Amino acid sequence: MKHTRPTGRPSKAVDALLLLGMLLPIAAGIALKMLLVPASQGIEITGAYIFFTLPLPLGGLPITETQVNSWLVMLSLLFLCLYLTRGLTEKAQTKRQHVAEWIVEQTEGLVTGNMGEYFIGFAPFIGAMLALSAFSSLLSLTGLFPPTSDINVTAGWAILVFILITYYKMKCGPVHYLKSFAEPVAFLTPLNVISEVATPVSMAFRHYGNVLSGSVISVLVAAALQGLSQIILGRLPGILGEVPWLRIGIPAVLSVYFDLFSGCLQAFIFAMLTMLYVGGAFPAEDYFKMQEKKKAKRLQTNNN
Amino acid sequence: MLELAIGIILGCCALGAGSAMIAGIGPGIGEGNAVAAACEAIGRQPESRSSVTTTMLMGCAVAETTGLYALVIAILLIFVAPGMFVNLLMSTIS
Repeated sequence: MKHTRPTGRPSKAVDALLLLGMLLPIAAGIALKMLLVPASQGIEITGAYIFFTLPLPLGGLPITETQVNSWLVMLSLLFLCLYLTRGLTEKAQTKRQHVAEWIVEQTEGLVTGNMGEYFIGFAPFIGAMLALSAFSSLLSLTGLFPPTSDINVTAGWAILVFILITYYKMKCGPVHYLKSFAEPVAFLTPLNVISEVATPVSMAFRHYGNVLSGSVISVLVAAALQGLSQIILGRLPGILGEVPWLRIGIPAVLSVYFDLFSGCLQAFIFAMLTMLYVGGAFPAEDYFKMQEKKKAKRLQTNNN
Repeated sequence: MLELAIGIILGCCALGAGSAMIAGIGPGIGEGNAVAAACEAIGRQPESRSSVTTTMLMGCAVAETTGLYALVIAILLIFVAPGMFVNLLMSTIS
């Protein structure tokens, strides 16, 4: 046990610092929203607030609430990972090492179960995507703008997945890839091209639509409850009549479904679809056959 | 006259958004069927519960896509289309 620290246990101060680093980005986001984003008058549904626009040669690059919030989520996740993996020992002793090992084992099990042993290297990517997507959606619990309810974010992820799919389809050479469009019969080629393009589009719209519809419905229900409480309880004397009593507690039930359940479910579904599409795009049989052929050829030339 | 034109634009956008969401019927029926079949499968083989649930959630997510396309169209019609059409109208008048 050469690698263990002399004190045996990692120091508490650094732990506290890392935990603070985990919570500070969220607090910074809330502060930024309070300071810069104008308060909404009554009930309204708006997109991401544009903080400023970077002048670039090809048009301005707007820095929006979406980008800032997703950077904050990334920072928070970075500190969470640092906290979980701090002071690792060969045999798990601390609770956090058990948690970290459980996360890694679950992710690797998920990847090997859905994509096969060949794709074990995908486990970090899938884990990162799950964490980023889930925490981005869960950011709406703090009242901030969830980055996943902006189509630019989910479309970016979907394009990344599309590049991966195309890369794994190209593994047997571009000719094999082009030939796969004409299957099972040649006249279905246009349909195959459409379904190829529809994959990233539907992935982006699915994640974005689910999160956005949740926030739109929450806002509408909150507005309706406010109106209802004004009608029913508006005759109470003084300040009692002005408080929207029905808005207390009831929207929380919706929030549990839309923010907690739906956010985590959509993250899981996005990661699952990524695994299925990328795993399905890889022509495993042809690829391994080609590898064996190459190996046999090499052996033959060596023998000669 | 201009108010009438803008009113027609706004009303038609709202009507279009409402009728686009008729597409919500399809995923509803489809997901209902999927969950019913999953319940039957779990009832027949309770030990396969976890894998059936995962597959069902995946299937539901894919079936939901058509409904979400309609949602995106409806959101575009409510938040984007009116401003675009009114600007178009103004630019044609002036």
